[in-house]
Amino acid sequence: MQEPAWRVELELLPEHSDPLGDEAARRLRQAGCPVAGRIRFLKGWLLPASLRLEEVERIARELLADPVVETWRILGPGQVPEDGERLLVVRRHAGVADPEAASARRALALLDITLPEGAWLESYRAWRLEGEAPDAEALLGAGGRALANPTIEDALPGSRVLALRRFEERPPAPGPQRVEVPVLERDPEALERLSREHGLALSREEMLAIQKHFRRLGREPSDVELETLAQTWSEHCKHKTLTGPVRLRVLDDRGGLKRERLFQNLLKETVFAATERLSPPWCWSVFRDNAGVVELTPETGIAVKVETHNHPSALEPYGGAGTGIGGVIRDILGTGRGARPFANLDVFCVGPAGLEAGDLPPGTLSPDRILEGVVAGVRDYGNRMGIPTVCGTVLRHPGYVANPLVFAGCVGEIPRACVDKEVHPGDVIVALGGRTGRDGIHGATFSSEALHEESESADSTAVQIGDPITEKKLLDVLLQARDRRLYRAVTDCGAGGFSSAVGEMGEETGAEVDLETVPLKYPGLSYAEVWISEAQERMVLAVPPERLQELLELCRAEEVEAVAIGRFTGDRRLVLRWHGEVVGELGMDFLHGGVPQPERPAEVVERDLPATPWPEPEEAPPGPLLHRVLEHPAVASKEWVVRQYDHEVQGGTLLKPYQGPEQCAPGDGAVLRPDPRRPEAVVLGCGLAPAVGLLDPWAGAACAIDEAVRNVVAAGGDPHRLALLDNFCWGDCRKPDRLGALVRAAEACYEAALAFGAPFISGKDSLNNEYRSGDREIPIPPTLLATAVAPLADGERAVPAFLQEAGDLLAVVGLTRPEGGASVASELLGLGDSRPPRPDLERAPSLVAALHAAQEAGLVRACHDLSEGGLAAAAAEMGFGTGLGAELDLAPLPAAGRLPVLAALFSETPTRFLVEIAPADLEAFERHLRGQPWAVLGRVLPEPLLRILDQGRDLLEEEVAALARSNGAAAPPPVPA
Amino acid sequence: MQARVLLIRTAGTNCDRELAFAFERAGARVEEEHLLALRERPQRIREVDLVALPGGFTYGDDLGAGRILALELRRYLGDALGEHHERGGSLFGVCNGFQALVRAGLLPDLEGIHATLTWNRNHRFECRWVRLRVEAGLGHVLPAGSLLPAPVAHAEGRLVFRERGAPARLEEEGRIAFRYVDARGEPVEDWPACPNGSTAAIAGLVSASGRIVGLMPHPERNLSPAHLPDSRPGRWGDGTEGLAFFRGLLQPYGAGSPA
Repeated sequence: MQEPAWRVELELLPEHSDPLGDEAARRLRQAGCPVAGRIRFLKGWLLPASLRLEEVERIARELLADPVVETWRILGPGQVPEDGERLLVVRRHAGVADPEAASARRALALLDITLPEGAWLESYRAWRLEGEAPDAEALLGAGGRALANPTIEDALPGSRVLALRRFEERPPAPGPQRVEVPVLERDPEALERLSREHGLALSREEMLAIQKHFRRLGREPSDVELETLAQTWSEHCKHKTLTGPVRLRVLDDRGGLKRERLFQNLLKETVFAATERLSPPWCWSVFRDNAGVVELTPETGIAVKVETHNHPSALEPYGGAGTGIGGVIRDILGTGRGARPFANLDVFCVGPAGLEAGDLPPGTLSPDRILEGVVAGVRDYGNRMGIPTVCGTVLRHPGYVANPLVFAGCVGEIPRACVDKEVHPGDVIVALGGRTGRDGIHGATFSSEALHEESESADSTAVQIGDPITEKKLLDVLLQARDRRLYRAVTDCGAGGFSSAVGEMGEETGAEVDLETVPLKYPGLSYAEVWISEAQERMVLAVPPERLQELLELCRAEEVEAVAIGRFTGDRRLVLRWHGEVVGELGMDFLHGGVPQPERPAEVVERDLPATPWPEPEEAPPGPLLHRVLEHPAVASKEWVVRQYDHEVQGGTLLKPYQGPEQCAPGDGAVLRPDPRRPEAVVLGCGLAPAVGLLDPWAGAACAIDEAVRNVVAAGGDPHRLALLDNFCWGDCRKPDRLGALVRAAEACYEAALAFGAPFISGKDSLNNEYRSGDREIPIPPTLLATAVAPLADGERAVPAFLQEAGDLLAVVGLTRPEGGASVASELLGLGDSRPPRPDLERAPSLVAALHAAQEAGLVRACHDLSEGGLAAAAAEMGFGTGLGAELDLAPLPAAGRLPVLAALFSETPTRFLVEIAPADLEAFERHLRGQPWAVLGRVLPEPLLRILDQGRDLLEEEVAALARSNGAAAPPPVPA
Repeated sequence: MQARVLLIRTAGTNCDRELAFAFERAGARVEEEHLLALRERPQRIREVDLVALPGGFTYGDDLGAGRILALELRRYLGDALGEHHERGGSLFGVCNGFQALVRAGLLPDLEGIHATLTWNRNHRFECRWVRLRVEAGLGHVLPAGSLLPAPVAHAEGRLVFRERGAPARLEEEGRIAFRYVDARGEPVEDWPACPNGSTAAIAGLVSASGRIVGLMPHPERNLSPAHLPDSRPGRWGDGTEGLAFFRGLLQPYGAGSPA
């Protein structure tokens, strides 16, 4: 449906520089378009033709333009601009959210301008070419993708008259609506085909189980029943692989069987088992809610959850990452009766920098474009929510080119009394927050399948753009309603939409829902679409009938939509109605327990890798090598990302991601105080080591956990109170080698958790991270993201990670080993596959405990963990921006056996720290570290130089400022995204 | 007597918690009210000494930072706020609150000067600590020339004027509250000491009355040495400057005993 519209286009006055125009020019040139002159950015608006010219003029002047710096033009309905051929316009597809237009519509009332019923507005972006350039049509052919993402937007020349258009509306058909999908008489092949054609992502066995169930009932299923089963049984929601039986076979290099182990339930026998064996009293809620909850103070717990949003981010990085962070924030809001979020974390795994279209598999975006987009997505969502994004990293590896990973985490505080929730029969089901549209349909089943060339076009409804302000309003009313006890239980609408949220909440009671009562973004949705839509910013409450009125009034007062859509029953059945007609009816037992669990084969080859062939320093001079290590993407400063996140909002951030007088020395764990009235703080850290995992999946997982623990302990977190989270991102686990690596990683989780006494409290898996193109199947590297949290009794005692005072001593705590497989230096030196590092789980726990005791005693002035780039990189980083330097001699470095010099400098052996101690405290420090491998290597220098010697012989002398430049520390921000 | 502070929040306000805490620490009794509720009962403003607009992204900053909030303030609370100011009340805006005060025309409060807070020169949101120098216009709140370290966290914080001579006139009339300065204390317009490229390094403004104050950086996030990027004394102040600022704002109303 099209209707003519006014066009208002705003532009910066000519005397102002225009970074958005410059950025477009850069992108177009990069895409090979011959753009010689300047490009100016225009913000465009379409307004209904029914408005009068004076009204449009007022709207432009008083609402849309900033007259101090902008000029504007108004085009009448149907009027084509004279420069139309030199104008590139990018507008959203119909149905893609346009929050700015919604705000503008609302603001019109403030100008006393009312739009006719059903009239709409739209915003768009445009660029005007100045100077020599081909016309817009020609340019867009080659460069359209540089400006627009075809999954959600169109790029078109500005000469095409723009009209407002609306999402296709379908009037409801008369008569019965229930759509039956015949399965009873289909053969197994036809069932599989049905699953594929409907995008259900159900296997043959699952389809057969469904057929059997409905044969017993003696009727065909409806579409919404099949969809509900598909959502609930999806890998995304059910974690079938991790909770099912698995037979592991461990083979040696020549294929000989070394070991076999059968798991009935992989997760229960590894990750959960460690938690169960440890079950410390400070774990308040583990693996049963939207997030794990541990104690901070006797009255307050902290809820932690980390999620992934990989496939949506591959197609639309900005929207995918934004809704990823939005989703995990709702997980925290939906934990217990609601936790208040106070920290976010994000980790991105993308392909190498600088890849162009020709280097990429068909249908994939360039890694740089993806990274820019996901950073912007987290920035715009997290910042608007007012939650500091304080922790995370960016990792580049060729294995992520076609399938990037986006991890988003959130931490909240929750009163002890709110940790438990319950649903009573008779409670009203209330949908709260955003409206339901066609967005995000089939997200859960989509994420459970591999990406393929056509994903970009076929799955565009699986992608969505978030609306953080709607979620912020939701947060505001939810926490008030919680404190007024207006509801008994809450959960978020995530993957699977209402089908998962209501299905899970009503598992023990049963539920009935009248789907026509759900508020819609636009008319025309079918009942099945309403039920499985994954529209963002929605939550579901169980409200005692006597509190309903008060809840609705509270919501009205803050302009948050809340609607009763059904009630929880007592018959353990799920009943779905559409205008009174029953369109779906499922027993909760079959819905939640009916999924068949076939045994899956898993195989892993334990490779016997050679020792790392470290060259002598004469062959690879350490100074230049250190510069290259610091430049490597694994070590390079991520400050350009962090600065775009408000990591200080809420005023609770103590230790920051970048610290020191110049704010450019990288920190380890982030330290936050959720309640300014109390001293207790939370330390948050994460780790991942996929390159190690490629060589040895056990070591990859154990190193990830060790890194997360190191980050937390370095900043002062209590190692006796560590809680862990696991996020497994893996390839297609129907293939035995992928699953084999996963099982070894899960075994590592079990062993590391027991060793550190650190239970896992929550976790999530994202399997099927593979890209299919023709007959090629590309899995991602096996990636376990480990997240660790621990309390710090007094936030003021947090330990910084930068040099404090000339003359202080510098000591390495922890044993260095020569294994350098998958290290940054071995990659740069081209040393090939060699033995990777493995944490010593026997000794690591007592080492971090001893270090923590020394910190508690106030003996550690600064502490930085040794990670990518090893000792040399850590020593350089501690000096960034401090005006100080360091002198270290490797001779006393505690080592296992003979240690090559380059291994001493660059080995990435886990469980090591570089520590600054005041000379007067040395003796006391010694007492705390007795029996541990540690040694003083040197001291802090008053001048900004890093000098490293080996038994008095000079190895390296570099200016700290030059090292910082190589690392990109304190570099000015890059061009805008 | 205890000073009374009213925080106005609406959709997208998100720095209310720390601002409330800062005013409480400075001795005030703080209440918070949703704009829609206040619209029904604007007389609530008569009960308080200082009305504060916290930071955030009101209405998503769609149509420009603070713009819709500014329209709503003028429309729904214009009279009540005018009366409040007339009878000696204060109005304070930080970050998004400052943007709203400027958009509503309440700052810089100088005939013939048109100002806006527009996109940072590099067109990016940026969060980092900066050093602010107290200017003569704010001498009644903090000693002129003293330093107030605080983080910025904004994308639209570059103060731009239509009139070329605006900075000089503002200076003359004592309307400049804060300037961004480098580590030596010199005003700078350049990144990183001035992350947004603000004209004449101006970070905050004050009205002729001295009772309408707004700034982009967040002094409410500097209430303890543990907040500082470097807590060694002298590098980034000593962690007391933020509280001193809030006490200064409350001083005319009897700050009461600090909490």
